[in-house]
Amino acid sequence: MNTASISLGASVSSQSRFMQLALAALLGTFIIGFVGFSHIDAVHNAGHDNRHSMAFPCH
Amino acid sequence: MNLFRNVVFIAAIAGLVAGVVLACMQAYATVPLILKAEVYEQAEGGHSHDHAAAPATPTGAASGTAMSSAPPAANSMSAATPAPAVAAAPAEDEGWAPADGFERFAFNVVSNVVTGIGFALILVAVSEFAGGIGNWRQGVFWGLAGFAVFTLAPGLGLPPELPAMPAADLTQRQIWWVATVIATAIGLGLIAFRKSLPLAILAVALIVAPHIVGAPQPDSFETPIPEGLHHQFVVAVTLTNLVFWLVLGAVVGVVRGRFTGTATSLRDSFA
Repeated sequence: MNTASISLGASVSSQSRFMQLALAALLGTFIIGFVGFSHIDAVHNAGHDNRHSMAFPCH
Repeated sequence: MNLFRNVVFIAAIAGLVAGVVLACMQAYATVPLILKAEVYEQAEGGHSHDHAAAPATPTGAASGTAMSSAPPAANSMSAATPAPAVAAAPAEDEGWAPADGFERFAFNVVSNVVTGIGFALILVAVSEFAGGIGNWRQGVFWGLAGFAVFTLAPGLGLPPELPAMPAADLTQRQIWWVATVIATAIGLGLIAFRKSLPLAILAVALIVAPHIVGAPQPDSFETPIPEGLHHQFVVAVTLTNLVFWLVLGAVVGVVRGRFTGTATSLRDSFA
């Protein structure tokens, strides 16, 4: 937690850095995909107002 | 996985804050409009959540009253429910849905927080590639970019829609939405981080291209929803999302600044 470096986790190699950031972005994409784009009815209904209010394609 | 853990931690805090803020704004700005639209939707004949069927029903001889072309089930339904807004989950093969009132609000808060964390993960990861968001002010600029990419650009072709509004095939709209987001993000990135005129021109082309191709449109635009209600909703969605993105970016900047201890690493920044 308390890495006293300038960028987050500067100690890691650039390749590992790329992989970790890509992994984080991928995780975010999966979360958005599940909440906003899933065709499962229950997921759609649970997030119904959110989907409309975020202007995700819906229905 | 030190870096990954830090990114997730920052994204979780930012997503939580921005998601709660967004849910509170929605409770006043957008959800009341959705509830109003649902009254029209149920008056028209059930909750037509199935994907491509939306434009099919009212196209026929539905001049003025869409009720006449609705299936007979609709009549019994509207007769049975004097106040459709208060009615719970519609009966037709809809699957589970949260009950109106607190449960629905609670689920909305949860999905906003989850959405916020998802967007925050993408925002933090992408901004780290570009040197990271150093302070709240840089975060505001990153938030503006996120707003442009995820709300403005797709919203031009596919405006925020209320229940009971006609729309093209769901999967096709989702494909267009994702493609527009990617093209706009690459375009903005090229403009912001590459100092070359040809690349800037390419960027503009990327941003414009999805709108020349055009979003999938429904066969018919006929809807029981009044124009004014929809306009109000578009404005409300756009503004609430703007605030959401600004808060998200700013919180990322603040939290990340605390992590790194130096809020002044202005290298690679454009703020």
